[in-house]
Amino acid sequence: MDLSAINPILLLASLMVAATPILLAAIGELVVERAGVLNLGVEGMMITGAVCGFIVAVNTASPWLGFIGAAVGGALLSLVFGVLTQFLLSNQVATGLALTLFGLGLSALMGQGYIGIKAPAFPDWHIPLLGDIPVIGPIIFQHDPMVYVGLIIVAATWAFLKYSRAGLILRAVGENHEAAHALGYHVIRVRLLAIMFGGACAGLGGAYLSLVRVPQWTEGMTAGAGWIALAIVVFASWRPGRLLIGAYLFGGVTVLQLNLQAAGVAVPVEYLSMTPYLATIAVLVIMRAGRAPGSLGQSFHASR
Amino acid sequence: MTITRLLAGATLALGLASGAMADGHEPTTVGFVYVGPVGDGGWTYEHDQGRLAVEEHFGDAVETVFVESVPEGADAERVMTQMALQGADLIFTTSFGYMDQTINVAEKFPDVKFEHATGYKRADNVSTYSARFYEGRAVQGHIAGHMTESNIIGYIASFPIPEVIRGINAAYIHAKEVNPDVEFKIVWAYTWFDPAKEAEAATVLIEQGADVILQHTDSTAPQAAAQQAGNVVTFGQASDMAEFGPFPRVSSIIDNWAPYYIARTQAVIDGTWESTDTWDGIAPGMVEIGEITDAVPAEVKASAEAMIEAMRSGEYHPFTGPLNKQDGSAWLAEGEVADDGTLAGMSFYVEGLTGEIPQ
Repeated sequence: MDLSAINPILLLASLMVAATPILLAAIGELVVERAGVLNLGVEGMMITGAVCGFIVAVNTASPWLGFIGAAVGGALLSLVFGVLTQFLLSNQVATGLALTLFGLGLSALMGQGYIGIKAPAFPDWHIPLLGDIPVIGPIIFQHDPMVYVGLIIVAATWAFLKYSRAGLILRAVGENHEAAHALGYHVIRVRLLAIMFGGACAGLGGAYLSLVRVPQWTEGMTAGAGWIALAIVVFASWRPGRLLIGAYLFGGVTVLQLNLQAAGVAVPVEYLSMTPYLATIAVLVIMRAGRAPGSLGQSFHASR
Repeated sequence: MTITRLLAGATLALGLASGAMADGHEPTTVGFVYVGPVGDGGWTYEHDQGRLAVEEHFGDAVETVFVESVPEGADAERVMTQMALQGADLIFTTSFGYMDQTINVAEKFPDVKFEHATGYKRADNVSTYSARFYEGRAVQGHIAGHMTESNIIGYIASFPIPEVIRGINAAYIHAKEVNPDVEFKIVWAYTWFDPAKEAEAATVLIEQGADVILQHTDSTAPQAAAQQAGNVVTFGQASDMAEFGPFPRVSSIIDNWAPYYIARTQAVIDGTWESTDTWDGIAPGMVEIGEITDAVPAEVKASAEAMIEAMRSGEYHPFTGPLNKQDGSAWLAEGEVADDGTLAGMSFYVEGLTGEIPQ
């Protein structure tokens, strides 16, 4: 056992990177669920975003355009879900699961010609001055720009939901869609926009894997990250601040257990792997305040 | 996972529907069960190349079906049962974790022949086959021992099963032989295929000082992580992974299943198929060593190639004594060669490796 082999600065820095894809996907799903829609297709939207982003980035040699492509791809796929559940009133759980299956298959098809190709480089961003601070600099201020984009999206979502009028309307639609409808708000329109935002964020999360984290395209490369994102939303009891903690907890455990293993610490891997999920269950039991949005998962039609 | 199962079922139904349409002269149907996607660029990719070789060799006489990304466990049993019900004559199950499932399904379908890769349980209609990957690992260890400057070699292991442990031991023995100061850091990923996790494991090992990464997982993600780090050496696993050459990938182990798959399919057509245990290495061509690139010094390349030739001719066995087990107890005496039984069930580290094998 040699714990000194673990460099805490590098550990915390890689934690921020490991948490970014699930953070992006989870913040999107949080908005969707706050609008009262349960979209279980996060995994499918992530993988579609991963392949769309990869294709665009390879063809344009620009990772930034790749991320935009990923957001568009994820949003388009989520629109399929939106039309099915909002206009055709299909069951949200079943449609979401179907979306995951569809996304996995579609991405495999789209990615046929892109296996084994390298993505254009996306260099780390050494922020001047801030990046030079000892200890804190390497941990927080020397990452690729998408890490900060993720954090900005979380902060913006928090402010949007808490302070903006549009955020209040979105929450009203999620808490009680009939009341919101009676007040004259367009429930379906709000939900469609939320669903598309969720799809775009999931797409960004997937593209972070295929363009930065791995970085290449392989089928099924998200390997369950979308499901973890769904768990984080529940863990966070639908609040952006807690979502950040959740994402770092889930991301951190992966990095930590690999670090402990490489340093030769004999902690059974299974225990560390199950901790985030145990924490989720504990949070559900302990934090009674973590109540789901009132209309979550229910279909809405103006005639009822 | 339910999702994958549904997907697997759907793929299977599609694949076999076309098979059932054939009339008159019944072609032999050969099924393949894969643990990863055919596009993984590693283990499953090479099995699928073997399948395509079978199709090409036999033309219309043989039809092949496959199901990819089948989880190890109860789901695999369903997939195999369905394949057998739909008329497959020969089924290759290509991952260690399908062992018990293969035996269970084979019991229910005595007329269908099964071939299980890398396992050790056999029956009248179940053969096992594997490749002596450890011969390739020995070559990797030899090159790795020479190439490392930090004397730390990172090893991304998958599951604690004999095949993986054998690989670690073979690599360590030969790295130690050329570099007595070498140290192995081993990470168990508990997956055959998870690019994000593999990339993370590689990054962690590099952060902890490793400048050579060996992998026993199937994706090319560790190669990409090493490439990003800039000064880390890697080896292609299961497939050549040549797109990462000449550096970081300096060589590779390539699994070549095609000749075996063709021979076994022929045996089913001829009615001469019998339950056997095949374990072939470099000599019959089941294990190939990918090109050693110019990033490796010429004299190291020469000694590695001499070692390959010695194994090909049978002069040299990677597990030749004197060797001790990790606890210091004697295993092989001077000049003694490990027997296949011990190797097949290997569950201990050799002397010098640190850490414990997870249970």
